[in-house]
Amino acid sequence: MNAPPGKPGKPRPPASSEKARRARRTFIRSAGLTAAVLGISLTGYLPIAGGRISRLRPPGALDEADFLASCIKCGQCVQVCPVSAIRLGDIGDGFGIGTPYIDARAQACDFSCDVAQCILACPTGALTYQKPSFLPVRAGAALPSPPALKAETQIPGSALNLKERVGLARLVRPEACLAVQGKGFSGQARGPAFKGKMRYIDVDRWKPIPVREHPYERTLCDLCVTECPIADAIAMEPFAGEDGAPRFRPAVREQCVGCGVCEMVCPAEPAAIAVEAHAMWKEA
Amino acid sequence: MSRHTGQFLEMLGAAPKKPAEISSEAQQIMAFKYRNNARFIKENLQAQAATPDPGHKWRNWRWATLAAVNLFFVLSFWLDIQLLEGALTASRFAGFHLIDLNSALQVMLAHKHIVMNLVIGTITVFLLWAVLGGRSFCSWVCPYHLLSELAEKIHLALARRGYVTDHTFHRGTRTVFWALFALLAFATGYTVFETLSPTGILSRALIYGPGLALGWVFLLLVFEVLWSRRAWCRYICPIGLTYGVVGAISPLRVSFRLEQCLHEGDCRKVCLVPHVLDVTIKGRAAETDTALGPDCTRCGLCVDICKSKALRYDFKGIS
Repeated sequence: MNAPPGKPGKPRPPASSEKARRARRTFIRSAGLTAAVLGISLTGYLPIAGGRISRLRPPGALDEADFLASCIKCGQCVQVCPVSAIRLGDIGDGFGIGTPYIDARAQACDFSCDVAQCILACPTGALTYQKPSFLPVRAGAALPSPPALKAETQIPGSALNLKERVGLARLVRPEACLAVQGKGFSGQARGPAFKGKMRYIDVDRWKPIPVREHPYERTLCDLCVTECPIADAIAMEPFAGEDGAPRFRPAVREQCVGCGVCEMVCPAEPAAIAVEAHAMWKEA
Repeated sequence: MSRHTGQFLEMLGAAPKKPAEISSEAQQIMAFKYRNNARFIKENLQAQAATPDPGHKWRNWRWATLAAVNLFFVLSFWLDIQLLEGALTASRFAGFHLIDLNSALQVMLAHKHIVMNLVIGTITVFLLWAVLGGRSFCSWVCPYHLLSELAEKIHLALARRGYVTDHTFHRGTRTVFWALFALLAFATGYTVFETLSPTGILSRALIYGPGLALGWVFLLLVFEVLWSRRAWCRYICPIGLTYGVVGAISPLRVSFRLEQCLHEGDCRKVCLVPHVLDVTIKGRAAETDTALGPDCTRCGLCVDICKSKALRYDFKGIS
């Protein structure tokens, strides 16, 4: 073995110490690489720490921490959704990268697949009808009874086997609600440019159509109540307005699963009613 | 220590060792080569000149396969033919579950609960790659491997002009990463590795549309071009090590025939994991035929470049 000749005038270190020096350098460099990559990977915790990013998950999602642990980030749920409600998290979601979520205002889950296809597609049980027994059901997450789809109420035993909600609708801006103002609504719920879709039983039982192709005509706006796909999840409730006149407002019931259709169809801008992801039911 | 154990430890990071004992057949071949050095080389060069240049046969097949598999995912979704649903982390082929072994491991460790579909998909993929060569997933399927190969070409071109130098790391770093990511998944309950996995990011970007996560993949490629050749695949990616373990029992591998080797070393220059080709160095082959170790990605670059056909694909029990 011939070691490379050293520079003239400088004593060349013996080969063994040169080798050791190189090995030490490689070790330090490798330790640096390990620390750097690990550090970068752990920054994935920042966006989800303290619930900073609170995404509305598809139906049947486990509680957020268990969901993030069990989702394998394959997007099979995305592929089966007939209204393309499911999107995948990006790098800004940190550990939630590649996990499915629903932006209800843009496209809610309207259950037009009838069976929650996303749950059936999930290979890991991150979306599931049957939560493993060791995972507790949080107070306020349990639905009082299996949610019945309005589309299928005439079929006995067709209620969804969902046991927990993924979120809860709330009248977040009552002052913007047309019903609260005593107003009606006519026209396209979200304007001509809105791309969201929904299944309308009276138009086509099986095929969702764009919301803009289905204009409404209401003397008192109640879109959130009539378009809700779940039976008994929301109803118009009378109350006395500030001027003492009798008024109506949408009241969310315990049967709400958090699908977000009410938020999607709400004609107010921004929506008067919205789904709060991971919110629990509290008795008033 | 058997050769297999040695090769396995080399995959984990151990330096290749000179064989303690060389079989008499191998010794005879080497003795012949030394004795008839000039004639041996001349004859072989003549033989080489007579055989057509294999060019990039296997590389082209491999790139076509890699593109086809990923395109299959994309088209299946876009055309809604539902033949191959999902992404590389987990999918369904004609309804049958396929789950990436490393992704499955991360989820099992993080969630600590295993549903039946996950088991079925994991076993299927395990069997698939146990037959097809383990790390052949890397070079024949992984989309990052292709980008990384292109980045490597740029790196080498720049290195020839003296603009960049390859900074190597200890190969054992990947083993450390594998253990750390497994430990992190178990301890934190998050699939930490998936946040960075360029395989998952690229697969999802192809199928579901691009996102900001591609910026991370781009940074990785820049790092590989400017600083360290093939750094992610060589020193970091736990997916590669997971499939490497599967490949340890695989009958499909690249094998080396000492008799045909001219010991030029071209194969080691093109190899992602040149330590598996240590056997091609003079005096390192203990047998006349040696199957390369499990870290080999079966990419075929060495098969393409070896004009004397000392390296070839081999299916144990068939060829």
